[in-house]
Amino acid sequence: MSIASTAQFICFAALSITLVVGALGVVLLPNIVYSAFLLGGVFLSVAGLYLLLNASFVAAAQVLVYVGAVNVLILFAIMLVNKKENLAAIPGLALRRVLSGAVCAGLFALLLRVDLTTSWALPGPEPLGDEATLRIGEHLFSDYLLPFELASVLLLMSMIGAIVLARRDVLVSDVITGEPVDQGLIEKERIPLLLDRSALESSLLEKTP
Amino acid sequence: MVPALADLTPLISAAVTPGVVSPGLDLESSFSAALEGFGFTPAAAHLLWLPLPMLLVLVAAVVGVLVTVWLERKISAAVQQRIGPEYAGALGVLQPIADGLKLLVKEDVIPAKADGLLFTLGPILVVVPVILSWLVVPFGQHLLISNVGVGIFLWISLSSIQPIGLLMSGYSSNNKYSLLGGLRAAAQSISYEIPLALAVLAIVMMSNSLSTVDIVDQQNGAGILSWNIWRQPVGFLIFWICALAECERLPFDLPEAEEELVAGYQTEYAGMKFALFYLGSYINLVLSALLVSVLYLGGWGFPVPVEWLASALGLSPDAPLVQVITGSVGIVMTVLKAYALVFIAILLRWTTPRVRIDQLLDLGWKFLLPIALVNLLVTAGLKLAFPAFFGG
Repeated sequence: MSIASTAQFICFAALSITLVVGALGVVLLPNIVYSAFLLGGVFLSVAGLYLLLNASFVAAAQVLVYVGAVNVLILFAIMLVNKKENLAAIPGLALRRVLSGAVCAGLFALLLRVDLTTSWALPGPEPLGDEATLRIGEHLFSDYLLPFELASVLLLMSMIGAIVLARRDVLVSDVITGEPVDQGLIEKERIPLLLDRSALESSLLEKTP
Repeated sequence: MVPALADLTPLISAAVTPGVVSPGLDLESSFSAALEGFGFTPAAAHLLWLPLPMLLVLVAAVVGVLVTVWLERKISAAVQQRIGPEYAGALGVLQPIADGLKLLVKEDVIPAKADGLLFTLGPILVVVPVILSWLVVPFGQHLLISNVGVGIFLWISLSSIQPIGLLMSGYSSNNKYSLLGGLRAAAQSISYEIPLALAVLAIVMMSNSLSTVDIVDQQNGAGILSWNIWRQPVGFLIFWICALAECERLPFDLPEAEEELVAGYQTEYAGMKFALFYLGSYINLVLSALLVSVLYLGGWGFPVPVEWLASALGLSPDAPLVQVITGSVGIVMTVLKAYALVFIAILLRWTTPRVRIDQLLDLGWKFLLPIALVNLLVTAGLKLAFPAFFGG
């Protein structure tokens, strides 16, 4: 084996082990913060696998979107609501675990079967390397235009929805119930912290008998 | 600007076409050729070559930090009419080394109620992506670790890993100030990443490539006149503001605002772990300055193209001496531009007050983001209207 292919194999093995162990940790660890950090590790090792496949643009996009945005938001949400409390005991927990484990094992078996029965084209097509960025752009604006535009419309809708939910206070009536809403969160005119001393004293003088 | 550039159009287009740009120094091929002369296989020569530029850049990054720390101390002293460090070496140049040694021999405290594993991992996650990003910083046509095709995009995505390290250290310190600092850092980093990426996108649109080498090549047709700052003045300002915000430098250093949060996510850290944060923030500052110079100030380009000077002196641009001089001038120009920007950053830090958190988020989302979008749109329009100037 040449140096390059040995290095590639070692990288592949390390990334795959990190991926599998990390993914198991995300599901099995009781501490949700550890799970969230491990999820970041899993995303990073997936990006590493993309790099091994010569898909550097996809790898960088994976890091940017999944590690930099999705995972950070998950962590953000966990840390903002992180309350130390014991979860209430759920009745029939053992049965639920067995059932969900069985469903996962079934899915895994299905994937294994697909993997083993498909006749893969080996070796695969020649990787494009740096030209891939151009090719992805061409595809997005020609034959994948409709899904691309639909995804952007979906994002726009969710953005407008988020604004409406977050700024419900500026609307006169509630979007859902139709009742007039409390305007308490609107920015008010600032109440001066340092009161006008003469006015204060005169009002105090009036009160004293 | 446009009439002045009009005479230079053939020059710009000539420089953009491949083959006209001189190949420049290629140290790797010379090194490999020398080793193969000693009987090494090409693969072994490549393997021996690989760690050299990485080590060199690592050392350059750390030395850059030492210089920046010294500059920060001296310039802040000058701003406040003090003398600054004086006794450690001439003009106090050894002061950063003394600082580093102090941090090195300090006790490495992990608070009793902290989460030891995450507490240790946090600073590492902050520093590693920053150092990795030096991969794409070019100091010359071939003077960079790797001319990866995704270039500048790699830097954007790597810099988005950093907030995870900050959140990790903030959370694991088990301290409310640390947690608040970590959350602020993540919020700030996410908000300013978007206008930053949009400003970079406008540059990428003009140079038709994500690679940092191509971006510099596209700017160096007519020396200082063809630098991107003239074509992207708004983008330059957006990028610089966002880069300062990403580095958590003073107008935007809310995650570690002393009056509010003790020291933010760094509160519980001491010794080498604290030094890693310190190192990371300064490496990031130098890196941002280098990238501003690459994206907007012509990178390694001299204000007058070295090829013109060589041909004016009657020398071939491919002559070995000219090649060596071009390479050295390239490194000097890149570092000079970067340190001029670091000087501005330090001056800003010691002269401007800190913004409030709501002002920070307002500036990012309500001002920089729309401006960056408009800038992108205008660049696209100009590229269609004047393909000769905006890289058609």
